[in-house]
Amino acid sequence: MTQLDLIRNFSIVAHIDHGKSTLADRLIQMTGTVAERDMKAQMLDSMDIERERGITIKANTVRIEYPAKDGQTYILNLIDTPGHVDFAYEVSRSMRAVEGSLLVVDASQGVEAQTLANVYQAIDAGHEIVPVLNKIDLPAAEPDRVKEQIEDVIGIDASEAIPISAKSGLGIPDVLEAIVTRLPAPKGDRNAPLKAMLVDSWYDPYLGVVVMIRVMDGVIRKGDRIKMMQTGAVYGIDKLAVLKPQMVDIAELGPGEIGVLTASIKQVRDTRVGDTITHEKKGCEVPLPGFKPAQPVVFCGLFPVDANDFEGLRDAIEKLALNDASFSYEMETSAALGFGFRCGFLGLLHLEVVRDRLEREYDLDLITTAPSVVFKLHMKDGEVRDLHNPADMPDLTYVDHIEEPRIKATIMVPDEYLGDVLKLCQDRRGIQLDLTYAGSRAMVVYDLPLAEVVFDFYDRLKSVTKGYASFDYQISEYREDFLVKMSILVNDEPVDALSIMVHRDRAEARGRAMVEKLKELIPRHMFKIPIQAAIGGRVIARETLSAMRKDVTAKCYGGDATRKKKLLEKQKAGKKKMRQFGKVEIPQSAFISALKMDD
Amino acid sequence: MIEDWRHGGFGLYLHWPFCASKCPYCDFNSHVAGQIDIARWRNAYIREIDRIGRETEGRVLNTVFFGGGTPSLMPADLVAAILDKIRGTWRLANDLEVTLEANPTSAEAQRFRGYAEAGVNRLSMGVQALNDADLKRLGRLHSVAEAERAFGIAREVFDRVSFDLIYARQDQTLSAWETELSRALSMAVDHLSLYQLTIEDGTAFGTRHAAGGLRGIPGEDLAADLYHLTQEICDAAGMPAYEVSNHARPGAESRHNSIYWRYGDYAGIGPGAHGRLTLGGSRKATDTPKAPGAWLNRVEQTGTGETLREDLPLHEQAEEYLMFGLRLREGIDAARYQALSGQPLDAEALTEMEDLGLLVIDGAQIRTTPAGRAVLNAILRRLFP
Repeated sequence: MTQLDLIRNFSIVAHIDHGKSTLADRLIQMTGTVAERDMKAQMLDSMDIERERGITIKANTVRIEYPAKDGQTYILNLIDTPGHVDFAYEVSRSMRAVEGSLLVVDASQGVEAQTLANVYQAIDAGHEIVPVLNKIDLPAAEPDRVKEQIEDVIGIDASEAIPISAKSGLGIPDVLEAIVTRLPAPKGDRNAPLKAMLVDSWYDPYLGVVVMIRVMDGVIRKGDRIKMMQTGAVYGIDKLAVLKPQMVDIAELGPGEIGVLTASIKQVRDTRVGDTITHEKKGCEVPLPGFKPAQPVVFCGLFPVDANDFEGLRDAIEKLALNDASFSYEMETSAALGFGFRCGFLGLLHLEVVRDRLEREYDLDLITTAPSVVFKLHMKDGEVRDLHNPADMPDLTYVDHIEEPRIKATIMVPDEYLGDVLKLCQDRRGIQLDLTYAGSRAMVVYDLPLAEVVFDFYDRLKSVTKGYASFDYQISEYREDFLVKMSILVNDEPVDALSIMVHRDRAEARGRAMVEKLKELIPRHMFKIPIQAAIGGRVIARETLSAMRKDVTAKCYGGDATRKKKLLEKQKAGKKKMRQFGKVEIPQSAFISALKMDD
Repeated sequence: MIEDWRHGGFGLYLHWPFCASKCPYCDFNSHVAGQIDIARWRNAYIREIDRIGRETEGRVLNTVFFGGGTPSLMPADLVAAILDKIRGTWRLANDLEVTLEANPTSAEAQRFRGYAEAGVNRLSMGVQALNDADLKRLGRLHSVAEAERAFGIAREVFDRVSFDLIYARQDQTLSAWETELSRALSMAVDHLSLYQLTIEDGTAFGTRHAAGGLRGIPGEDLAADLYHLTQEICDAAGMPAYEVSNHARPGAESRHNSIYWRYGDYAGIGPGAHGRLTLGGSRKATDTPKAPGAWLNRVEQTGTGETLREDLPLHEQAEEYLMFGLRLREGIDAARYQALSGQPLDAEALTEMEDLGLLVIDGAQIRTTPAGRAVLNAILRRLFP
């Protein structure tokens, strides 16, 4: 067990690509925590998808031993927090587990919206914050301007910001020293009853569920009987270790220390981030504040491309869910897409990550339906229902009014793109809350319906700003609006997977865009096909796909028999990639593409 | 009950794989070679005729077709030797049709008389366009004037002469095609093959097209308009389509190609030649090596050019019959289809397509309409079980 004043716990706050993981790698390397030859770039991001996308999804941690200039050897615990808004709750828990943060800002790029959200979380958690200017060796670096921006936008003193280049290693010793001298030591009472926070948990194929904890008070030892205060479950600790970043067994962890335990816990689902762990006997009375169960906010349908893969998908989803308590699912049947699952996610990135993992790790081909948010239906009899799927919308005569989730979105954008950004937000039913400048960058805050953001807002934002905007959001509230269900009929048959909830004033425009898109996406058939958008029984937009006119092989003689037959069989098999609606075949890709708006 | 192939007859296809140059649209088995050992080729063809003759002993041969490649590059005495061998091998139909494919260059036209003397009675000429700029784009080695001269010679020498045109070419308009087709019809004797340009994978055009080149190829609607305009003009000129791309005065249809479309038996001799032969009560699919040298060696060393010979399951025969037969204006016989397939065609699909004006069901006969022939692949996809 380590003396409190020789421990420093910290996280790194940064925007994607500003160098958080590289800095973490450097700290690990420079303190000799990992032998040089074992160092793989970006040590802490363990999942492929994370590494590919350059983002950190699950919090990881590492314990570093650092001999400081004062002659003492300190234990530095770095918690590598998720960098994305979808995981805001996990970020907030990780932040509560440490006392300080390094704020890494790219000296050529400046502060971004995502940096703001996380740094505010750090400030909320009462952190001491050390600004670090990365990529100082780039020709485009403007350290003075960025320092000013940190002070203006974030409102913290940046005069002693540390200039570094995580890539080359420049300035890393200064960062290590600053962690010791500028960040506070943790507090805690080793004689009080055990109180530890469950910071994260994951499934390890050899060890089962591994739980990461931060001890607040008391001492935890291998073999202890512990209780999870939220779930009430009791376990015996099989293993207690610290991460270097590989596991190294340790006999006990005291106040201020961070480590991991295993306790024959079957599923990650049985562990709740933010839960309080105490001893089964003589436990603490009051749990740590701030626990929230995970709440999915974005829903979509996942269907196997090949109906025969349904059982495979079920298996894969169940396995994935064991490891990801924030992901919910239930079986769904669609007339259009057959059997699948309606899944709930913390946000869009979470959705993409889960879908990618299902496709990649379980080798499934999936159709993803348009993401939708949870609408609150206030029924005339006073009941309030959650609507996860537009296809489940009840008859309007029973509905008094509908509420939708709104978000507070922060967008930072160079001046020259501001007009386009404002137009985009306006088009998506946004209400401007604030507009300020920091140098040539504008920071605009909008109140937006989440439903308008979940689908392709981020893509549109990137495209209108050539990638220069950064964006972050928080869910703010549920608010009533004039929302209707819009159905799409293809050849007079409703296609449930294409129905969406939309604001009444935007319905015509959306309906028109969708039917025009579908006209392009659906191949011609032998007959003409009406494609309509309708609200209730009223058609608000209509297109007609002409009948096919030419599809014949010009030359077909004796030698072509085999080849030609194979081609036709291949085409016939290609139809399996289509979904049959009455007599019409719709390509799978249409279910998502039809909803993309090229506004 | 008679064997199914007898509905179509029996023909012999001979493949000559060499060309003077490779056309950018062509995905046929053709090769440009310097030296060709004619004696070796003659012996190989003769050996193959012998082998197949023994297997099909007693049959009457309806047609012979020299295809390629460019068979009009064959010396006339080679053609004569092959036809002599054929005459000594089978009983010949009274109206035996012997077709040879020819390119309309002046060099080749010099051999026409020799082919006729050898026994060729029908010439099929690859004219392809009546427009010098387009001939160049299509990689052809002749000019329009040269083609017209060659055609004149062919008409003097052969009873039956047909020629091919390729349309729906780059930047081709309806009116330009109307003019060109009218000129072709004024030249035509009794048969024309009118093919829409198809961009095939593995050809120079295919590569260019995939890379975004070859602009101005008509899209679906213009291609359909061009197709239907072709039907109208040819109908008015008394040369209606008897097959998707083939037009003839009644009675002048290609009997050899009709064997394929009526799903008769055909033996394939030469590199890459396929065959369908009913032997010992079962219809067999045969195939040969595509490379000229490989085929020659195989024939010389093993006594057969075939690399594949397998029984075609009945359901595949039914599919092939459907695929070929619906190309013909005369259509297919539903009873013959059912006898092969063991089950009838999907009645609901037939009715649906009849209602759409794509098919005509006339008792047991099922025919495609001109609109139906234009979307035949879709019809087949619908009807394939």
